[in-house]
Amino acid sequence: MSKPKGFEKPTGVRDYLPHVVSKLRYIEENVLQSMSQWGYRQIITPTLEYYDTVGVASSTSDRKLYKMLNNRGTTMVLRSDMTTPIARVMGSLLKEEPLPIRLAYHANVFRSIEEEAGREAEFFQTGAELVGVDSPEGDAEVIALAIACLQAAGVQNFKISLGHVGFLSGLLEEALPGKVREQEALKDRLLNRDFVGFREQLSAFNLSNAQRSELEGLLRLRGAAEICEQALEISNNEQASASIRHLCKVWEVLEAYDISKYVMIDLTMIGNFSYYTGMVFEGYAAELGSPICSGGRYDNLLAQFGRSVVATGFALKTNRILDGVQLPVPQPEKPIMVTYDAASRREAFAHAASLRKQGKMVVTEYAIEATNDNLSSDGYGEIVHFKSGSPAISQ
Amino acid sequence: MSQILKVAMPKGRIYKKAAELFLQAGIPIPTDVDESRKLIVELPEAKMEFILAKPVDVPIYVEHGVADIGIVGKDVLMEENRDVYELLDLGIARCRMSVIALPDWQPGIQQRVATKYPNVASQYFRERGQQVEVIKLNGSIELAPMIGLADRIVDMVETGQTLRENGLVEMEELFGITSRLIANRVSYRMKSEEIQQLCDQLQKVIQPSTANETQEIR
Repeated sequence: MSKPKGFEKPTGVRDYLPHVVSKLRYIEENVLQSMSQWGYRQIITPTLEYYDTVGVASSTSDRKLYKMLNNRGTTMVLRSDMTTPIARVMGSLLKEEPLPIRLAYHANVFRSIEEEAGREAEFFQTGAELVGVDSPEGDAEVIALAIACLQAAGVQNFKISLGHVGFLSGLLEEALPGKVREQEALKDRLLNRDFVGFREQLSAFNLSNAQRSELEGLLRLRGAAEICEQALEISNNEQASASIRHLCKVWEVLEAYDISKYVMIDLTMIGNFSYYTGMVFEGYAAELGSPICSGGRYDNLLAQFGRSVVATGFALKTNRILDGVQLPVPQPEKPIMVTYDAASRREAFAHAASLRKQGKMVVTEYAIEATNDNLSSDGYGEIVHFKSGSPAISQ
Repeated sequence: MSQILKVAMPKGRIYKKAAELFLQAGIPIPTDVDESRKLIVELPEAKMEFILAKPVDVPIYVEHGVADIGIVGKDVLMEENRDVYELLDLGIARCRMSVIALPDWQPGIQQRVATKYPNVASQYFRERGQQVEVIKLNGSIELAPMIGLADRIVDMVETGQTLRENGLVEMEELFGITSRLIANRVSYRMKSEEIQQLCDQLQKVIQPSTANETQEIR
């Protein structure tokens, strides 16, 4: 590629101009405030991590990691999520911290995109992790917190889909016992959201009609509390039944939070099987084509960093909310302009300081000429002129 | 309250067949929609809005969510891996993807394959351990072997008429193709009832594939 021009940026990164930053900060502040009120404290971890530890443990696929070599030839990555770095901290600096631990974060993460431009290579995530609560209460808490955060950010029309990786695993094990490759093939179709392929694979395996319709029926398992009873009837498999019962309990807790109206149980929801170990959920906003939030239980991650403890959490895809959702961001106040000449400097600066103490935004401009003809008054709420003499106020 | 479904419909030969299928399923839509220049057609009776797009663009609209669902050939889906839900095999616009060459083709040292589907083609040959150079073309792929740009092509075949008229022969079939119903990830959940209902209606009238699905009409 020829040398980039001065205005060019690497594919996938962006500049945030002031008016966009206002909206981003609005989301960030409201969400972090919400998290803090639920007892989640903020943590900051480095942008650079080792590939061999955080890089390989993260749920991001290898080819999506930005890798680099340090001066000793050790491979490092730009963090692709915050959950894995937090797991690393859990096993080190917070190793002795008593459970449960509640942490929140707002950070930029990096993912390499090969395809077309427009996909973000660097974007913000605002999220929370609940470590050490192994129960439906813990799962329901993070879902409820996610909803509270969306509401705090002003997202109005949203829905949460809730699933469980254990249900599908159990169901497949029951239908194709021990046949790992066949199970993987079916899981793969679902992960690729290829329901046609899923059905085609199914008919290729030697299953009884009952088993096949049971698995095909999987594709229709969505709804509210009634799904719990329906799904329990489908399978005798231990893992599948336990997963459903867990989801039903989570649902009960969500009802007590009075938010079950935002949630739909969707057993077709498939997450990364090797990463998530229990419930998984996604949040959608009506206006957007991609999810605005995702999370789930990942009980096996922290053990990889030396502290074997359960954990569950979620992250908001802050950039999608920023770009796609209409939010009630307050209009920024217009600053006051104070103009002055050489003789009136002291007075003008003192006046500006006292206004700033009152919480106002003040800009000072050296007026070359006595008049304000060459100063644009757009964008200012008030203009105060200081001339060697007394102040004059003009709008 | 039932929501409107935005459907990305492919302009051209697939449209007519898709429209027939919808009518058979009892969904009131006009069959002449693609003859006018209108690109967005409101169909209040069917609670749908049609967005008429180039077939290869349908998955893009659906992936971004500006269309909730779409109808697109499996060939397009296989060439580009879009993040969309593939819900139904509609069983229409049946054809096949095949390797085609001049009748006197012999494997040579330098192997060149011209195609509109570079990803599908390179994967196919790679899986068979054949090292080929894949040249991407956008249309009238049959020209390539005829004027010596490539010795073989990978292209869609329906009746085989075009091949015969140009003196080409089909050598091997890669896979069968039909049109599929796809859905956006979020719409699949936010408009789940409407989409499920449409699937149920269509499922009743979809013709499953028969053993002779690739019969040629001579």
